[in-house]
Amino acid sequence: MTAQSKIASAFDPVAARADFPILSKQIYGKPLVYLDNGASAQKPRQVLDAMRDFASNEYANVHRGVHYLSGKATDAYEAARRKVQKFLHAGHEDEIVFTKGGTEAINLVAYAWAMPRIQPGDEIVLSVMEHHSNIVPWHFLRERCGAVLKWVDVRDDGSLDIEALDAAIGPKTKLVAVTHVSNVLGTTTPLKEIAARAHAKGVPVLADGCQGAVHEIVDVQGLDVDFYVLTGHKLYGPTGIGALYAKKAHLKVMRPFNGGGEMIREVTREMVTYADPPARFEAGTPPIIESVGLAAALDYMNSFDRVAVHAHERDLLAYAREGVRQFNWLRVIGDAPGKAAILSFEADGMHAHDLATILDREGVAVRAGHHCAQPLMERFGVASTTRASFALYNTRQEVDVMLAALAKARKILG
Amino acid sequence: MDDSLRELYQDVILDHSKHPRHFGKLEHATHSGQGHNPLCGDRVTVMLIVDKDDRIADVKFEGKGCAISQASASLMTDTIVGRTVAEAEKLMGGFLNLVKGEEVEGLDEDDRERLDVMAGVGAFPMRVKCATLAWHTMKSALEGGDPAKSE
Repeated sequence: MTAQSKIASAFDPVAARADFPILSKQIYGKPLVYLDNGASAQKPRQVLDAMRDFASNEYANVHRGVHYLSGKATDAYEAARRKVQKFLHAGHEDEIVFTKGGTEAINLVAYAWAMPRIQPGDEIVLSVMEHHSNIVPWHFLRERCGAVLKWVDVRDDGSLDIEALDAAIGPKTKLVAVTHVSNVLGTTTPLKEIAARAHAKGVPVLADGCQGAVHEIVDVQGLDVDFYVLTGHKLYGPTGIGALYAKKAHLKVMRPFNGGGEMIREVTREMVTYADPPARFEAGTPPIIESVGLAAALDYMNSFDRVAVHAHERDLLAYAREGVRQFNWLRVIGDAPGKAAILSFEADGMHAHDLATILDREGVAVRAGHHCAQPLMERFGVASTTRASFALYNTRQEVDVMLAALAKARKILG
Repeated sequence: MDDSLRELYQDVILDHSKHPRHFGKLEHATHSGQGHNPLCGDRVTVMLIVDKDDRIADVKFEGKGCAISQASASLMTDTIVGRTVAEAEKLMGGFLNLVKGEEVEGLDEDDRERLDVMAGVGAFPMRVKCATLAWHTMKSALEGGDPAKSE
């Protein structure tokens, strides 16, 4: 049996497509070829149905009421927390904090954990391939606390230079904040090695897993990262929910973030005491229906052999990478070994937005722009790139449609 | 081919984008402005010399961007040179109508014909900002105000 047929027998993307109502849409009369999964993934009916069923039958606010539905809703919300815990292989459910997304999770760490620990001159080590959501919160610390941002470069192929990262960690470093998978390059970083190097110098590590949780099987205990961030909508789940994993020891010493209901132990006119984590960081009514949707999305992903799904996605990447070699006017940015299924490229004399407009008219949805990663654009000397990012429901036939559309764009824009 | 694509990327547009007129630095500019489209990172600088009669004696632009934004900037400089500031602003109003697919006001027949090559943008609402960036930047340069954003 060849590798290809093994993959095909373990995971069937064509069958999975039937789960996604939007994939049968026509765009300008052409079948939708959705290759903007790095921005957000489409939702299977299992997720849509779970949210509708829950809202129709079991919905109320959580943790507050003594009535039947409140109990049901609380059970569902806490069950979702355990699903995220298992998905990340975290040791305890109390190490999972629900947030409204990946961005809020990083801001939570920056405000509640990092800010009180930063003295002027203290350093945060970042890679140049971070998404703005893992840059701007640290710029806040630069502006407000005098933190110094230390940037670790990537090699020309987009891989992270672990020695450069190690060298950047000094006695004043308070945190290493690094992506698990680059949203532009697809580069997968060696998180376990990064954590080992940082911990050897007593420095904690935050991993931005917004892409990583989609394309890798994450074991936060095995990786030994201190913080791991994910977002629901890239995992075939709803928008408006994400999660922070943090080691118990960190959560325990973190100050509250938002103030409001549900995060307190007691409030008087004179003082307030705070609930234990994770409730301490979940002020206000949380994304309850979304938590049910996220749980359904994780169940959906786990209904497949995830190793086979990832092999399928990487097969698409390899196929697309090989396919674009025919275009001598196209330059791929990011060819790191073992990278995830994200393909970014630049085209001679053709702006990414012009390319994306023409692809769009062929039904092909790709992202064009700086991908919220301007320091990385600067590193590669480009203003923007075009990006195709693959999901479990994409097929080789769709890659062929993209390649044909690229050839057409070249013809038009010359 | 899709007619709207052909309309958008017609030869005149591609020619302007590949061989932009009035491209480069303008020495002794009396007005200059910078425009930025945060969506795509495109930037444009528009430099003008306005003489004592309030006439645009010369104009140049610099920048990087998509075919639509470059062609639009090139076409704009070609159109407004020699006009008064008031005329340039009136042209801008008509141009914005044109690319947004609205009823066009304030363009005479010659200007309408000249700018009409950009009308295809109307079928691509996501790209209107590309076409208007240079014009907004020109206006902000003349007003000496904040850097323009093509909103």
